[in-house]
Amino acid sequence: MQTKRTVFQSRLLPYFLIAPQLLITIVFFVWPAVQAVWQSFLRQDPFGLKDTFVGLANYTRLLQDPDYLNSLTVTFVFSIGVTVLSMGLSLLFAICVNRVIRSQRFYTTLLVWPYAVAPAASGLLWWFMFNPSVGIIPYVLEHFGYSWNHRLNPNNAMILIIIAAAWKQISYNFLFFVAGLQSVPHSLTEAAAIDGAGPIKRFWTVVFPLLSPTTFFLAVINITYAMFDTFPIIDAATSGGPSQSTNILVYKVYADGFVGLNLGPSAAQSVVLMLIVVVLTVVQFRWIERKVQY
Amino acid sequence: MVENRPFLNFLTHFVLIIGIGMVVFPVYLAFIASTRGPSDFLTGVVPMTPGHQMLENYGVLLGTGASNAGAPPFLLMLGNSLAMAILVAIGKIAISIISAFAIVYFRFPFRTVAFWIIFMTLMLPIEVRILPTYKVVADLGMLNSYSGLVIPVIASATATFLFRQFFLTVPEEMMEAARVDGAGPMKFFWDILLPLSRTNIAALFIIMFIYGWNQYLWPMLITTEPGYYTVVMGIKRLAAVLDGDTQWNLVMAGVILAALPPVLVIIFMQRLFVKGLVETEK
Repeated sequence: MQTKRTVFQSRLLPYFLIAPQLLITIVFFVWPAVQAVWQSFLRQDPFGLKDTFVGLANYTRLLQDPDYLNSLTVTFVFSIGVTVLSMGLSLLFAICVNRVIRSQRFYTTLLVWPYAVAPAASGLLWWFMFNPSVGIIPYVLEHFGYSWNHRLNPNNAMILIIIAAAWKQISYNFLFFVAGLQSVPHSLTEAAAIDGAGPIKRFWTVVFPLLSPTTFFLAVINITYAMFDTFPIIDAATSGGPSQSTNILVYKVYADGFVGLNLGPSAAQSVVLMLIVVVLTVVQFRWIERKVQY
Repeated sequence: MVENRPFLNFLTHFVLIIGIGMVVFPVYLAFIASTRGPSDFLTGVVPMTPGHQMLENYGVLLGTGASNAGAPPFLLMLGNSLAMAILVAIGKIAISIISAFAIVYFRFPFRTVAFWIIFMTLMLPIEVRILPTYKVVADLGMLNSYSGLVIPVIASATATFLFRQFFLTVPEEMMEAARVDGAGPMKFFWDILLPLSRTNIAALFIIMFIYGWNQYLWPMLITTEPGYYTVVMGIKRLAAVLDGDTQWNLVMAGVILAALPPVLVIIFMQRLFVKGLVETEK
């Protein structure tokens, strides 16, 4: 690993410098993670007195649990929904902002601030908009003959959390798409225009392929966001209901472990989640270095 | 722009205005609701124009909280959030910058191991290790305390990477010159490296401040005393407790109060914010 050509000669100082970070990492990250892995091989007796080693039993039970399989499906639908919706909208806005000349800063400012809104607040904002008794959207839908109720209808609940999660993520994707669009060389689009390509054709054949590294990077980031950072949105808007229809993996770990105190199975769920993060992180780092190129 | 197309220009602005409408509308509605009295919601839909109860609603929340809901005064929770956000941001930057300094400017045994251990924090978000982390914090007696709110979340792989990347771009000659002039490592760090990192520190501070302010699960797990509640978890409690007969005006006033400080930070420091966001993801 890289250092400076010449380095300071000191035996103890570097350890003192790195100690605080390492200590916190080991005490609050590594050690609990090891505990979770260990716990996932144990099963507690009903009185919480004795742990027995049960090998992979917690995992096999997990994979046969219909609630867990449902949670996997829900997480999948939710992540894809959030990623497609927020990336699609932000790409559209980024293209538009990239076209305007004078008011670029004005539009950017108005589009980026939701990044700072807490996910829990975003969940509550949309929960209010969609509230069956006072919300504006059910009120409008009523006029079209649709009766919205995310407390009873699983599809409605899913739509609610997808919109709330995507809303918050638009600003992030938008900033990266704008940066990506601005690095597309003007000479290429101009050459395509001289060859007679219209704006739409130019976008799909010249600009979009050049954006693919940004798009890929954002897809990974968005999936990670949807899977791990949306806990507050779920908790504020639906609490996993109705009938488990918005119970994403992260929320289920919390509900089973912290609320339900089901230690072994919950630890097994944690370990599965860790594996998912590891895969996502590795994908992100490998591909960012290699980039998707044409 | 390659050519002038008036219709496309019109469409561009049209799409952007719709987009801004979509982004702003939920907050506008929340603001309207927060200026209304409790009885204004009985008609079955939210009113679209501001009411006259704004000062009362915010005054009640800030000063006394929602007494019947058991939510503490918002002034207290805002103070806790501010303390947590600032301490988290400073803590993350402080411990990351010195560990990046150690990794780049020294060679010592287990350097690579240390780097990988720090890297692992990226792969272990709090959501995947809720119970064991809670247990560690409980064993250390850090429940219901500021140290419990702050210390377990201040390890930062992203900040360490950012400073490492930046230090690697600092010219070698600077350190050589400092050494020739007789400066030791810490003097070099304070007098040369730290001033050079000013912009990076500021950009990172904004990102980490927002991160700290918006923490939800962690404060919810480890605080049971209202005196330590942060505002982001406070609004959820407000909404949950009031659910039976929801006082929409108060809940939405709470949401606005919780969201406003970090949003203002982004709006007024947009350039630094964008820099911080783009650099931390490299």
